[in-house]
Amino acid sequence: MDEATGTSEAGHIIRPYGDTTGDGMVQLSFTLPMTHSKVAEGAAAQLANKMGMDPALVVHAKPMGPDFTFFVVYGRVNHLVDPSKVVVVERDYPLLTPKEANAAIKRSLRRRLTVVGACIGSDAHTVGIDAILNIKGFAGEKGLEYYRELKVVNLGAQVSVPELVERARAEKADAVLVSQVVTQRDAHLLNTREMSAAFRESYPSGRTPLLIVGGPRFDESMAGELGVDRVFSRGTTPGEVASYIVHQLAPTTPPAPDTKAS
Amino acid sequence: MTGKLDLDPATVKQARALARKVGRPIVTTAKKHTTVAVERATLRLAGLEGADAEGTPWVNRLMDVVRADTGLEHGVALPVWDALLRGEAGSQGDLTTLAQKASAGSVTFRLPEGRDATRARAASRKQVGRGITIMDKRRAERERLIKRHGNAPRKPWIYLIVATGDIYEDIPQAQQAAREGADVIAVIRSTGQSLLDYVPEGATREGFAGTYATQENFRLMRAALDESSKELGRYIRLTNYASGLCMPEIAALAGMQRLDMMLNDSMYGILFRDINPIRTFVDQRFSRQVHARAGIIINTGEDNYLTTADAVEAAHTVTTSQLLNEFFAKEAGLEDWQLGLGHAFEIDPEVPDSFRLELAHAMLARDLFPNAPLKWMPPTRHMTGDVFRGYLLDGFFNLVGALTGQSILLVGMMTEAVVTPWLSDRDLALQNVRYVMNAAGSLHEDFRPTPDGFIAQRARQVLGESIELLEKIVEHDNGLLDAIADGTFGLMKRPADAGRGLEGVAKKSSIYYNPATELLEEK
Repeated sequence: MDEATGTSEAGHIIRPYGDTTGDGMVQLSFTLPMTHSKVAEGAAAQLANKMGMDPALVVHAKPMGPDFTFFVVYGRVNHLVDPSKVVVVERDYPLLTPKEANAAIKRSLRRRLTVVGACIGSDAHTVGIDAILNIKGFAGEKGLEYYRELKVVNLGAQVSVPELVERARAEKADAVLVSQVVTQRDAHLLNTREMSAAFRESYPSGRTPLLIVGGPRFDESMAGELGVDRVFSRGTTPGEVASYIVHQLAPTTPPAPDTKAS
Repeated sequence: MTGKLDLDPATVKQARALARKVGRPIVTTAKKHTTVAVERATLRLAGLEGADAEGTPWVNRLMDVVRADTGLEHGVALPVWDALLRGEAGSQGDLTTLAQKASAGSVTFRLPEGRDATRARAASRKQVGRGITIMDKRRAERERLIKRHGNAPRKPWIYLIVATGDIYEDIPQAQQAAREGADVIAVIRSTGQSLLDYVPEGATREGFAGTYATQENFRLMRAALDESSKELGRYIRLTNYASGLCMPEIAALAGMQRLDMMLNDSMYGILFRDINPIRTFVDQRFSRQVHARAGIIINTGEDNYLTTADAVEAAHTVTTSQLLNEFFAKEAGLEDWQLGLGHAFEIDPEVPDSFRLELAHAMLARDLFPNAPLKWMPPTRHMTGDVFRGYLLDGFFNLVGALTGQSILLVGMMTEAVVTPWLSDRDLALQNVRYVMNAAGSLHEDFRPTPDGFIAQRARQVLGESIELLEKIVEHDNGLLDAIADGTFGLMKRPADAGRGLEGVAKKSSIYYNPATELLEEK
């Protein structure tokens, strides 16, 4: 290990950095459901010890009402971090800000991109589709309506598949977003297959809009099986959906020369 | 004008006159229309509650049958009380029986004429009057409880949020928040409730990022906070949301269950939820008339403009919306003390002089509306997940609140955008507020911006821009409705003939009658 640099060159083992290379210092705060006392402070130190902090210094303990105490603990951990062994799942499309997404659409399509969204089947829960489409958005991100270059047509709930196909054709939809929130006996899978089949039937081959489904009960790896282009699961934000759509339909040429091998 | 910015009284007068000019045609339109939600609220005031086995409220079932038989344009009162007087609901003639029979298809409604109509009007007025009397009693009860337990000890009132989705989890959290110092508890609604065209029934235990607003949930939480008020020796206020497609009904329920504040904005539903503009303005006027009667303080939603647009560039849209909200509120009978006009601390902290700009904007709101209890909303947009930096930002937010005499302070959480607030987050947030109020709560006595300095000039500029925006709205053929349609407000284009809930709007006929409106507009 290189004691001198403290930086994480590939292959180097590192430790947390307080004020000296290799000191392993970390900070931690938490609440225990107990009255503030000497015992409580000891309990906090015990937790920190068990988490691998040794020595652990309880620098602050504050009662919050009669039943809770808040702690701040500083201490040393002896765990080693090996960055070369870190595994991350990379998103296969870049995350864009609304501004970047708008710019990409403008540059590559030279018109607004139309997105038609709906809840199909008997599902009356528009929570999901609204979280993605409404300007109000979700998780601190604005919905697709906020994107100047996206034309959003939100058909709401209980839309039949033929109705959805018809509106998609009438609006010349570039992408179709379908949400399924509350479903019984895998109805969300049946509905999605019916939907993707209907689009394949009424569009010339290869000309179907980008088909995207989403909902808490979908498995993201099922896109092929369901006949759609992409499945989004629980916790998806509008920005992710917008970035994916742009990546698929309005790809921007990467800056040349491409310096990064992929 | 006794404000600190020495705003030119003629300019302020001009701004209000323009808001009136913009708002008046909307009021005229609102008076000419009714909506399914207004009619259902009338039935709720008359005492109809509960739902069928599938959870569809009886007010919806009854409304649907009446609408199919006689239409929406005459109102629900004439056909319903005519049917009751004809004995369609048996000898007791109660609304629940009528609703049940109507949805089973065994009642046909008609429009009464002559003496039948007179009798139906009188009977509906009497029964709806009982709901209004309940609201009056609840209002008197609030005043009595404030006298008995004492009011919040200082301003600003500290406003904290609970949002578990389960009313039985919300209750202990709300009581704990009150113990920790909250003067106002807001129960966040389930995501998407604003788009439901009915009010769910009963106590609810599952919601998405919030708890459904229902009559029973209102009752349970109010009762729990009454206990807390007694325990703590100060009256704890309860807040919910009168917005979305059921604004009038929720307002009526809130009045009858003694809620104390309601979120109620004139344009939020249109711009952010794509609810039809006419539906929104009609529902809003009725709900505000109900709030006025119930002694409820409304909270408007101007903070939302700043979460979508740049807080410096769009500062004047906040002022414009505040002026419009004030006009609509007063027209509906609300008084100054009931106008919790909203604004927020949302300027990018990287912008040079961001704090001075925030101070200028907040002071402008204070000076323009000296008698309104302003609602000051904490930073959300520039809370990054760096909780330490967020804590500092919240401290500066609190300082602006202290310097500009804000009356309702929504407490900022350093874990905004990270997790729903933990117990310790709330405790730290309240320490932050207490520190600033102890250290600088009276600083406003010493603080007066230089007459032609940065703050005074910025405030004047924002007011000027808001006057320009109002003038631009007035120039449209169809005023505010056209302006909303072409995207003048915010980024959204919302035409008057589109949007959710449009099918629930009708132009009133010449024989339209609504006892609730009649009673609320008397005095």
